[in-house]
Amino acid sequence: MVEQQSPLEPVFRPGSHGNFADGVGVTLSEIAPCSIIQLAAWPGEEKKLMVVIGSVTGLKLADGAGAGASSDRYSAFGFAPGKFLVIDASEGLATTLAAKVAPAVGTVTDLSHGRIAIRIEGAKAEWVLGKLFAIDLALAAFPLGSGISTTHHDIFTLMQRSGPQRFDLYVFRSFARSFWKMLCHAADEVGYEVR
Amino acid sequence: MLITCPHCGPRDISEFAYQGEGGRTRPDPASTDLEAWNAYVYQRLNTAGAHDEIWQHAGGCRSHLAVVRDTLTHEIASVRFAREHGAPAHGRRKPGARK
Repeated sequence: MVEQQSPLEPVFRPGSHGNFADGVGVTLSEIAPCSIIQLAAWPGEEKKLMVVIGSVTGLKLADGAGAGASSDRYSAFGFAPGKFLVIDASEGLATTLAAKVAPAVGTVTDLSHGRIAIRIEGAKAEWVLGKLFAIDLALAAFPLGSGISTTHHDIFTLMQRSGPQRFDLYVFRSFARSFWKMLCHAADEVGYEVR
Repeated sequence: MLITCPHCGPRDISEFAYQGEGGRTRPDPASTDLEAWNAYVYQRLNTAGAHDEIWQHAGGCRSHLAVVRDTLTHEIASVRFAREHGAPAHGRRKPGARK
């Protein structure tokens, strides 16, 4: 196994920070999944690709923009027409998917070393993310399991709601440290714990 | 200003990149008709009112969108995927037309 080093290492400071005297508003952590795979279907082949995702991960993706689902091991969501991000806590997902996605159906791109996964969780998670993204993060508009693609100051971000008060953010590894520091600054006001 | 992406829903204008006037027809690449190429490359309608535009949701799903925007009010009359672009709903003026 290729041992991945975290790009956050120099700025990752476990513990409580900011205005946490009255309790922390959010918890920030790096998930570090072993596989982050982007799947793209050719026009008209979306359903076949969704069947492959379902057969490999056991996740049932609903029809519709941004629909997604998670299990203990896998996460998957659509973030663009015919495009999906599939995340696996274990290695080897790219190989498995590449064997199952026929070239006539779509493409498989391994982004495991190109993205970083950051989790923000807590009562103030929506509030903190609301400072960074012009997105309606309310549960009704952004339901559990679903995903979106957006940007903060040109840092492209894929986001999945993995819990009522929990969001997983996927950003370019080269921007990870900058994004993490920005997230910490945004969370300063509500108090945050890094773990 | 908000643009309602057909895939992502309403998003802030900062997520979108303007890609120019919509509905223009590229001349045959083999054509040496300088007038036609000049019109295609340089001439714009400069519409005051409903205007066909191509935008890309660059900071989102990256889809190219065919948007009809009122240049006087910024009101967005319609948004659809550019790949589904047919004749615009409001018709299209010819370059140089008064209205």
